[in-house]
Formats: sequence, structure tokens, C-alpha cells
Amino acid sequence: METTNKICAGDVRTASRLIRDLEDRLPGARPKLKNLFAHTGKSFIIGITGSPGAGKSTLTDALVHEFRRRGKTVGVLAVDPTSPFTGGAILGDRIRMLRHAEDDAVFVRSLATRGALGGLSQAAGDAIHVMEAMGKDVVIVETVGIGQQELDIINHAHSVVVVLVPGMGDDIQAMKAGIMEIADVFAVNKADRPGAGQLQKELAALLSATAVAEGDWRPPVVTLGNLYEPASFAEKAAELAQKVLEHHDYLIVSGRLAGRMERKAMMEITDALKASILEPVVAKLIATGELKEMTNRVAGRETDPYSEAEAVARRFIKAGETA
Amino acid sequence: MSERKIRVMVAKPGLDGHDRGARVLARCFRDAGFEVIYTGCHQTPEQVAAAAIQEDVDLVGLSCLSGAHRVLFPRVVELLREKNADDIAVIGGGIIPEQDFQMLYDAGIQAIFTPGASLDSIVEWIREHIQTRH
Repeated sequence: METTNKICAGDVRTASRLIRDLEDRLPGARPKLKNLFAHTGKSFIIGITGSPGAGKSTLTDALVHEFRRRGKTVGVLAVDPTSPFTGGAILGDRIRMLRHAEDDAVFVRSLATRGALGGLSQAAGDAIHVMEAMGKDVVIVETVGIGQQELDIINHAHSVVVVLVPGMGDDIQAMKAGIMEIADVFAVNKADRPGAGQLQKELAALLSATAVAEGDWRPPVVTLGNLYEPASFAEKAAELAQKVLEHHDYLIVSGRLAGRMERKAMMEITDALKASILEPVVAKLIATGELKEMTNRVAGRETDPYSEAEAVARRFIKAGETA
Repeated sequence: MSERKIRVMVAKPGLDGHDRGARVLARCFRDAGFEVIYTGCHQTPEQVAAAAIQEDVDLVGLSCLSGAHRVLFPRVVELLREKNADDIAVIGGGIIPEQDFQMLYDAGIQAIFTPGASLDSIVEWIREHIQTRH
């Protein structure tokens, strides 16, 4: 319980160590998270996503600044990719957030994807909980630069900001099916660049073609221009923060927040089931060499993967307990 | 399933903006399989220490080419000590005259690498000296 008390009191060392233990999946970490869980669920969780180089880190920094101005405490989780070849990673998102380094009310933690494919890392959900338990009013989760389908963020965040930049041309059309659907707020960044007008037009067309019932949320579009014109950039960043907070209010008033939290809880249960049922079974099959034998049988077309899996399931799950 | 990943931070305290070496090192650490927090130039020792704690790194690598290492490097160690984080190792590199080595060692800088040090020797030093803490 000592860990719980320290983290709830805002102790950064303990919190950052627990996040690391959870990332490294040390056996002692999970029980600590269990104790912490009762203290989570009170923070407003914002996702920032978009293609590589769109300006996610810069906008995260701008949002942190705005939320601090409004007196809120902030946690930031910034995810960057792990090399599939060496397992190493360069985590460089902090570089855009240095001005908050000495603000005790801001806790920035970088995470590497470590092979996760959904735009986050496996430990991202756990790390969010740690920051919630620290009592952060707002937790901002910045995904890796994503393409079209890495949408895990919607399972974690209450509000999602999709950052777009001009010059992606017809790609926007192709993006419609995935990333364009998850935005609660659009940020058109680098809007001083050529093509910004066209992008805004396309967005407007997309949004007006989407039916929204009376009183429902229609994603607003905030355009942000040159970062090196600090006054106008800050003004737009304030507008972005305002729209995100308005979305949060909308979620509460409309009752949708409960729905999003239920979706998140269900996802967390599913993940935990995988961790406590599937992973031990796979680990055992690897340890006994059975997985290798099964692989040989399937690769040699002696049998099929479905029958092999069913045979394993029959062994590990008592009869009558499966569908 | 569990495995400790080495996390290091590469930082440039002070007013020196020459970060080619720091970037090469960051890249090299990545290729060695470490997770590298790279925070760029122009940082105060306070910023470096705070970031190192928030990121729970095993080691901070400081780079300085401007001659201010005698002040900046020991200050980072001191700040980590103040925050009960002196288990985070600090090493340094850059243009550092040999006569300053002892002073830096005494201040708690565990190793110093100057121009000519091979990348492999730095990675090897880290692997050897950083028992990822439990």
C-alpha cells in the first residue's frame, strides 16, 4: 500500500518507477496497479493523434500550457516507435515540451511502442491509470505518428484530437474510413502552408456530409498557423483547448461519457483476460516445445491451426465453460 | 515475459548548441537496443534532472563542448542527489581537458568520453556498469 499512498500523494519517482515496472512487465507491478485502480477514473483523458510530423508534440505542449493557465494539473504520455530490428527507440517528444520540465504540476513520460501496432504501447493504459491516481486533472496521450488504422487511442481517451496538415492531397480521401471517423476535434496544423484552404474545404465537405442529430456533437475544426508567430499561435492553441473542454462538457451533459468509460472498461477486461488466460497457455506451450510441434504439423499441412487451437482449448478449459 | 529494458537520456545542458555528437550517440544507443530519451540543446541542469526522474532512466549522458562542464555536470549530479535519485548514473562527454577528469569523477560523474572514444566502448561501458535497477 506504500506505493499507492506515495503515488496518490503525487510522488514522481514512485510513479515513474511503477510505469517502468509495468512496461517491463515485472511480476510485482500488477498487484500494485490493482491497489491503485480504486483511485483512478477521475481524470479527463485526451488523445492526440495524426501522421508523423503533423505537430502532435507541439500541439500537446500548447495544450499543456493552456491547461496550466487554467489551473489544471497535467500528465502527458508520449509514445514513439520501437525499432523492429534492435528493440531500441529514440523518444524525442519531450523536446517540444521542455518549457514545462520544471513545473511540478506537469508530469511527462515517454513510452516506446515495443511492438504494439495500434499507435500506443501495451502499457499505455496502465500508465494512464498511474497518472490518474496521481490526481492529474487532465491526461494527454500522444500516439505515435499513425496512418489509417492505428486507432487504439479511441479505447483509452475520452476526447480525441486528430491533427491534420496540408499537402497530403488525395490521401485525405483515403483516410476517411479510419482516422477521420475518430476525431472529436480536428486540428489543421501548419495552416500557413499551401494547400491549407483545400484541406479545410475537404474537411467541411466531409463534416457536412455526415448526418448529426439535433444536439449531437459535430467535430469542430481549429486551424493553427505558424508556430513562430507566437501570439496568433497561442490564441489558436487556446481555442483548441477550449473546443476539447467543450467536448468534455458535451460528453457529460449528453451522458456519452459513461458509454466511453464502459467501452474502455470492457477493453481493459478483454486485455486482462488475454494476459491471464492466453499468455500463460502460450508460455507453457513454448516451454514444453509443443508450440514448435504444432507449428511443424500445421506448416507441413498434416493438420490445420483451428483443430490445434481447439485441442489446446479442450485441455485447458473445463468442459461446459466455453460457448 | 518480463525483461528490463535499459533506458538512457542524452542531454545537452547549457548554452552549447553543437549537438551532432549527442545525436550520433542517441542513434547508436537506439541501435544497441536501449530506449533513448533525447531532449536536445539549451537545457538547465534542473530541466535535465527533472526529466531524468520523470522518465525513470538508468543513466544520463551529458554532452558539453563549450567548456562549462565543470559547473554543469556536477550540478546535475547534485540535483539528482537532492531528489533522492542518485541511483541514476551520470556520464559525460565532449571537449573536456584531461586535467578536469578527476574533479568531475570526484563530483560523481562516473565516466567521461572525449573525441576519439569509439561508440562501441561507450555502449560496452553502459552494459557493464548499468545493472538495471530493481
